[in-house]
Amino acid sequence: MSLIVNGTEVAPPADPRVSLLDHLREGLHLPGTKKGCNQGACGACTVLVDGDRILSCLALAVQYDGRRITTIEGLADDDALHPLQTAFIEHDGFQCGYCTPGQICSAIGMAAEARRGVPSVLTGDLSADITLTREEIQERMSGNLCRCGAHNGIINAIRATVAAEVAA
Amino acid sequence: MTPFDYARPTDLAEALRMGAAAGAAYLGGGTNIVDLMRERLAQPSALVDVSTLPATIAETDGGGLMIGAAVRNTALAEHPVVRSRYPVLARAILAGASAQIRNMATVGGNVLQRTRCTYFYDAEGSSCNKRAPGQGCDAVGGFNRIHAVLGTSDACVATHPSDMCVALAALDAIVHIDGPLGQRTMPFGDLHRLPGDQPDRDTVLAPGDLIVAIELPPLRFGASSTYRKVRDRASYAFALISVAAAVEMDGDRIGDVRIAFGGVAPKPWRALTAEAALRGGPATAQAFRDAAAAEFADARVLRDNSFKPVLASRTLAAVLGTLTTGEAA
Repeated sequence: MSLIVNGTEVAPPADPRVSLLDHLREGLHLPGTKKGCNQGACGACTVLVDGDRILSCLALAVQYDGRRITTIEGLADDDALHPLQTAFIEHDGFQCGYCTPGQICSAIGMAAEARRGVPSVLTGDLSADITLTREEIQERMSGNLCRCGAHNGIINAIRATVAAEVAA
Repeated sequence: MTPFDYARPTDLAEALRMGAAAGAAYLGGGTNIVDLMRERLAQPSALVDVSTLPATIAETDGGGLMIGAAVRNTALAEHPVVRSRYPVLARAILAGASAQIRNMATVGGNVLQRTRCTYFYDAEGSSCNKRAPGQGCDAVGGFNRIHAVLGTSDACVATHPSDMCVALAALDAIVHIDGPLGQRTMPFGDLHRLPGDQPDRDTVLAPGDLIVAIELPPLRFGASSTYRKVRDRASYAFALISVAAAVEMDGDRIGDVRIAFGGVAPKPWRALTAEAALRGGPATAQAFRDAAAAEFADARVLRDNSFKPVLASRTLAAVLGTLTTGEAA
């Protein structure tokens, strides 16, 4: 068995104590995924597993044997940035940049959830299609903190790309 | 983190065999136990990963739902039957944690998560009877804004942190258990225990027991239900007060009602006293407040949480008003 990280099969760690976050950063030398709180409170370590956003700090790497993991390093198509990466630059969606990989992976996961109709705590009609208003995006992105205070730029970047895509 | 063996059983029988071994613990999504193990608040010698066992949500013959314990929180909240027949459950789940955590957390793990009392987590600096029986409780005389006012003891005032469980309490869920004692079922309200003088024991489960499913019985008026959570910030915070409720009107009287509170007790708090006070009576703001007053008559407030009975009353009135008239009372 193996983990599939950004399309490449890699071995899981020998020690089951190793988190997916530490395995990515230290075992596989993919430092794009960031360690913030290491206790599930900040979202900096967000990655995609089979398309779903999760916190890699609370994930034991061995538990993800056989799963497809996508990190920030796996989003660009060669030199062509992912549309959300471009939007974060255009909308000043960061200052120090530490939370950015988690924010972008989280937003991609959020868009997939909205497309398949997952409601949020703000959703009025639980059976209706999802409209990603600014308030809905704020709620759905509340698991990703930005200490620089770039949240407005982050939400703008996501609205400019993801909201239009989900509405289409 | 103390070293442990990791095992991923391929079926339930193998999982139960592994889970019966001394020192073993079951692993769901890991969102609580991994943190507890890092802080050495849990030190299992083996983790038995039950997160990849079959996880289905199936309609039962009677019109209810059987939910596999390994179903992820997001999958349960987005299920069309949950959204239409048990909106209180969908909304409770969506009010909890963050989207990332809801994608990881399993239903069984959510039920068995431990308290978020800060003194419980502060192993090096604080006394806690739940962490170390007999040590004392620093929360009773400490910062206790988030702590419980019902069902507490001198030994422990910690709350159960789950939102999902508050809805399950209101819905009369049934817990399906398997383990060394065999298969059995239990009313959800009997699963979690009050602290008494043994606050280290959160539930009545025996060693090796595994929650294999949660069953929702049919509820005729389940569609008329909702969940409201009051907290210190608008999202991604534990409840100060939460209310899960379902109401059926009979003319201008309350025909039937289900109420449970979160954030007020060491277990999800089914409000049978308030329900009895409301059943057959008018759906007025005064009736809602009187029902809450009856439920919280025995509340034991602490230095920082004396607002809780009042906030619970207002939140209940808002929820029941919305369900009965469309407007908060």
